[in-house]
Amino acid sequence: MNFISFLINGLSLGSIYAIIALGYTMVYGIAKMLNFAHGDVIMVGAFTVFWGVSMQGFDPFLSLLLSITICIILGVTIEFIAYRPLRGAASKLVVLITAIGVSYFLQNLALLIFGASTKSFTSIVPFGPVRLFDGQIIISSETLVTFAACLIIMTSLTLFIHKTKPGQAMLAVAEDKDAAQLMGINVNGTITLTFAIGSGLAAIAGVLLCSAYPVISPYTGAMPGIKAFIAAVFGGIGSIPGALIGGLLLGVIEILGRAYISTQLSDVIVFMVLIIVLLVKPTGLLGRKLQEKV
Amino acid sequence: MKKFRKLFSLTMVAVMAMGVLSSCGNDARDTFMIGGIGPLTGGAAVYGISVRNGAQIAVDEINATGGINGKEIEFNMQDDELDAERSVNAYNSLKDWGMNILMGTVTSGCCVAVAAHTAADNMFQLTPSASSVSVIEGNDNVFQVCFTDPNQGIGAADYIGQVGVYADGGELVSRVAVIYDSSDVYSSGIYEKFITAAAGQPFDVVAVEAFTGDSKSDFSVQLQIARNADAQLVFLPIYYNEAALILTQAAAMDYFPVFFGCDGLDGILGVENFDTSLAEGVILLTPFVADADDARTQAFVAEYQRRHGEIPNQFAANAYDAIYIIRDIILHSGATYTMSISDLGNALKKAITEISFTGLTGDNMTWRSTGEVNKIPKAMIIRGGVYIGL
Repeated sequence: MNFISFLINGLSLGSIYAIIALGYTMVYGIAKMLNFAHGDVIMVGAFTVFWGVSMQGFDPFLSLLLSITICIILGVTIEFIAYRPLRGAASKLVVLITAIGVSYFLQNLALLIFGASTKSFTSIVPFGPVRLFDGQIIISSETLVTFAACLIIMTSLTLFIHKTKPGQAMLAVAEDKDAAQLMGINVNGTITLTFAIGSGLAAIAGVLLCSAYPVISPYTGAMPGIKAFIAAVFGGIGSIPGALIGGLLLGVIEILGRAYISTQLSDVIVFMVLIIVLLVKPTGLLGRKLQEKV
Repeated sequence: MKKFRKLFSLTMVAVMAMGVLSSCGNDARDTFMIGGIGPLTGGAAVYGISVRNGAQIAVDEINATGGINGKEIEFNMQDDELDAERSVNAYNSLKDWGMNILMGTVTSGCCVAVAAHTAADNMFQLTPSASSVSVIEGNDNVFQVCFTDPNQGIGAADYIGQVGVYADGGELVSRVAVIYDSSDVYSSGIYEKFITAAAGQPFDVVAVEAFTGDSKSDFSVQLQIARNADAQLVFLPIYYNEAALILTQAAAMDYFPVFFGCDGLDGILGVENFDTSLAEGVILLTPFVADADDARTQAFVAEYQRRHGEIPNQFAANAYDAIYIIRDIILHSGATYTMSISDLGNALKKAITEISFTGLTGDNMTWRSTGEVNKIPKAMIIRGGVYIGL
């Protein structure tokens, strides 16, 4: 019974990692950059809902829509102002450092607006937990919603990429940016779309994260952001099914490690996973091996 | 052009020299300058703000009744955002301001960093609430108003074992779990002494689980282990932010043990948007009870409520006492603010070991030269959203 409880907790945490990891993996796959500000877009999404529900008394669903809209605008703006001018000309490192700068900017902006004190987040999931086996196993409603959201997002994203024109354009840009441009694909537009989708998902992930672990502070997104990055690398960065598998496995490893090895060492275990994966299979579980073309 | 440049640099030199001279002006002030440092913003802001408010009431009372030997006190509290580096910066700017005595810092981590500097300057430092032993260890100029962490750990074990705590069903608690923050000096300090002291007590510690500063959002595993071990009481030697989350997550999994904490839990009712009904029945060990019926406590609580619209917590009371302790030792030693920082430090650290102080947070408090205070702890329980003395 305990094992099942822990497993459910792990899947719940893993689904959140998976949704966040999607944002990393899509942006990396298509724009070939690590968007380290992604974790803080999550925080902005969660704070928007906190502001809407707890401070203004809006409907939770309306707040969620508002939050997704704001995060999409934010993601696209960040891409336009901070990343686009650096694309192509500068080295990859410059974009990475800019992303870290954006991350600090967002954290400090939230500090200014909301203050640093931790606040309790009211869950937006309207129904109660499910009790199985006389209450021996309690599955929180947030877990169910998170898991369902994760599966829905994964399926619709896969369908979008393989069945629609903009999705096909994404694949083409991911394959070869210059060739795609020659074929008449709007590369900048495609990258903007990628950022918009990634940031919209970040808003959903942020709200689910703060509903499941009901506190919020300007640093809320930082640690889950890093863990989700590990999940993306673990599953194979650039691969969408990889983000799902990487996220779920990492969540389960973290919770089971905490339960059966040590509560203190759970982070150590997670980062060990990153190191081992990088040593044994640098492209991740589902990552493609790219041959350097001459 | 060259001439102009010369003239310009000369003017700049003159302006800077004026600046240097004018900063010496502080010595001419006719007051005792007491500095304070603590988190006024950030995750532990409740503590810092309470300390500032409590101290200010004491300062105003003393000044209204003629000051110390006719000299007024000036109090200046600086923000450190719970960051050791900012705390040291705050100390330096308070020294520039002309501080004679430091009443701070509020939290242990910052206090250790600042104490290294006050010890080097031999400035007298009295912390209202930094409870770690490392704050006073090796620093003969630092004294505490609050208990040290080991004393809190021993006090908690004593209380659960000797006084006894009753679980929801009415039976005496005999199975105890501990959840502590292994990355925090305050939390692990209390935990270590609690475990040692618990060995000689009539209850069993059935589960010990830790978390770290980087993994403090999910406590489901720790709570699950505590529940599996059938713990009737969960001891939480941690700060209120994490405690609020633990209470929320425990309720979500239908686990309702008695939660027992130390002074770090004080402030849990002030967490923004927190459902305070979850804190019903939480017991905390703290030296100050706002509903005590002595006249001084009642006057202080009334004044605090009038100014800030809320019931003061023990941090406010500790700070209030700290200012009066400083007054008493200045009177006892006959020290003046014209003495050098180091001479004043020597006079005050001798005086504090010679007095006995009765304040809001304890009767007949005395100090050892190591900096530790002797007093008796009190327990409080949260009922209907307020603290009630047990």
